[in-house]
Amino acid sequence: MKKLINNPEEVVLEELQGIELAHPDLVKVHFDPDFIVRADAPVKGKVGLVSGGGSGHEPMHGGFVGMGMLDAACPGAVFTSPTPDQMLEATKAVDGGAGVLHIVKNYTGDIMNFEMAADLAKAEGIEIESVVVDDDVAVKDSLYTAGRRGVGLTVLMEKLVGAAAEEGRSLKEVADLARKINSQGRSMGMALTSCTVPHAGKPTFDLPEDEMEIGIGIHGEPGRTRMKVKPADEVTEMLLNPVIEDLPFESGDEVLLFVNSMGGTPLIELYIVYRKAVEMLEAKGIKVVRNLIGPYITSLEMAGASITMLKMDDDLIKLWDAPVKTAGMRWGV
Amino acid sequence: MAVTKKDVLEWIKAFAQVIAENKEYLTELDAQIGDADHGANMDRGFRAVLDKLPEGEDADIGKILKTVGMTLLSKVGGAGGPLYSTIFMQAGMSIDGKDSFDLADWAKALEAATAGVVRLGKASPGDKTMVDALTPAVQALKDATEQGLSLGEGLKKSAEAAEEGMIATIPLVARKGRASYLGERSAGHQDPGATSTFMLLDTAAKVWANCS
Repeated sequence: MKKLINNPEEVVLEELQGIELAHPDLVKVHFDPDFIVRADAPVKGKVGLVSGGGSGHEPMHGGFVGMGMLDAACPGAVFTSPTPDQMLEATKAVDGGAGVLHIVKNYTGDIMNFEMAADLAKAEGIEIESVVVDDDVAVKDSLYTAGRRGVGLTVLMEKLVGAAAEEGRSLKEVADLARKINSQGRSMGMALTSCTVPHAGKPTFDLPEDEMEIGIGIHGEPGRTRMKVKPADEVTEMLLNPVIEDLPFESGDEVLLFVNSMGGTPLIELYIVYRKAVEMLEAKGIKVVRNLIGPYITSLEMAGASITMLKMDDDLIKLWDAPVKTAGMRWGV
Repeated sequence: MAVTKKDVLEWIKAFAQVIAENKEYLTELDAQIGDADHGANMDRGFRAVLDKLPEGEDADIGKILKTVGMTLLSKVGGAGGPLYSTIFMQAGMSIDGKDSFDLADWAKALEAATAGVVRLGKASPGDKTMVDALTPAVQALKDATEQGLSLGEGLKKSAEAAEEGMIATIPLVARKGRASYLGERSAGHQDPGATSTFMLLDTAAKVWANCS
């Protein structure tokens, strides 16, 4: 393992210390229990947005705390859901009297811990709504699995719902919006290399030099199928077609197209994927009205990419364009 | 024959040791079908447990077990945190207020713990989870109680049943947790949660073998 770290046990702690030093204008970092909170929290009368999850997906979620996006983020150990005490304290810290929305990615651990935290917060008199993100079409959504994973759509949801909360919409309106976004967005990812969890010390899975994994998750979970590496255009087809077919996205739809790096894949390659994806969508009469390209929901140093599509409307476009000021996403300010 | 407060503390300390020794092994199993963190998470949780174990005179068995459960809940995270927390919380509530317990008490406690895990994780036997080690272990304890076996013999039978359940997870296709994303590809790998559960019950059988 070759990593720029000091001690595998301290990676999250030292990362948080760095964030605290880097962004005092945007966030405050609370230690033990660990959470990152907007510098001006709680914002009176505004719905508070709390998310969280295992670390290793930076900038998600901590990098999305700030004006126009999340009010707080709870980082767990690398690839491990945070604990209910973190979520409860973060919830209390952002409650401005209008209730708090929990944005939860659909993983067994995240669901269990957030459910417990929501119960504890309700017991303390805070109004809570929870929304689960499950956009990964690589996983069959059936009774026989834990259900589709929450991946790229989480980033878009946090931006859009954050803008709606900033506008002063109610807890119910914000939660309904989040559920609508979940119902009309889909993703799929692939990996060219594995990633190495610091405390594991070696790659999570072996992927030969000439092979790739299609349908990968964001935790180094092996994907749907493994095959020889193909040119970018063919890989883009393998990712985008299942996304289009699943919803399905249809001719006349306006979409936000998000091409994400898993951490190790550079922008030059993401733009190659984006170019092919737009060409495919145009051929189907689907119009890309907004985009996001870059590393926003990563899997440590894994090389690979994911594609997320979200069906847009005038309200969502307005919310997307609204000002946002966080470490990981910033425009309009 | 009964398990005392001192024996319970010894069991927890011994299990923390077993986890520390098997940290890499559990993580390796998890890397095959999950996300390579089970060993590290359990080890972090049980190191925190060792710091917080109430050893004072006023702590009864129920309080000790509940303290373990609360500590795991706040230190482990993932799915393993709430699930292992539930095992200790439910067992602690079942044995609450007692200074010692016998085989029948332990059978009831583990049954309550298993019911808690099933409720929280929504898993059934055969889903390739901890439940596959817990369920046969509870049955073995109940059978042993009915047959009037000694504490040591009953615990040994429950550990053996848990081990069989653990091994039986190998060919299964996972239907819960992160391994379920793999579908058919999860078959052929032993479930890490069932493995650490076997270790927990095996440690109890070994540490409490000669309780008198």
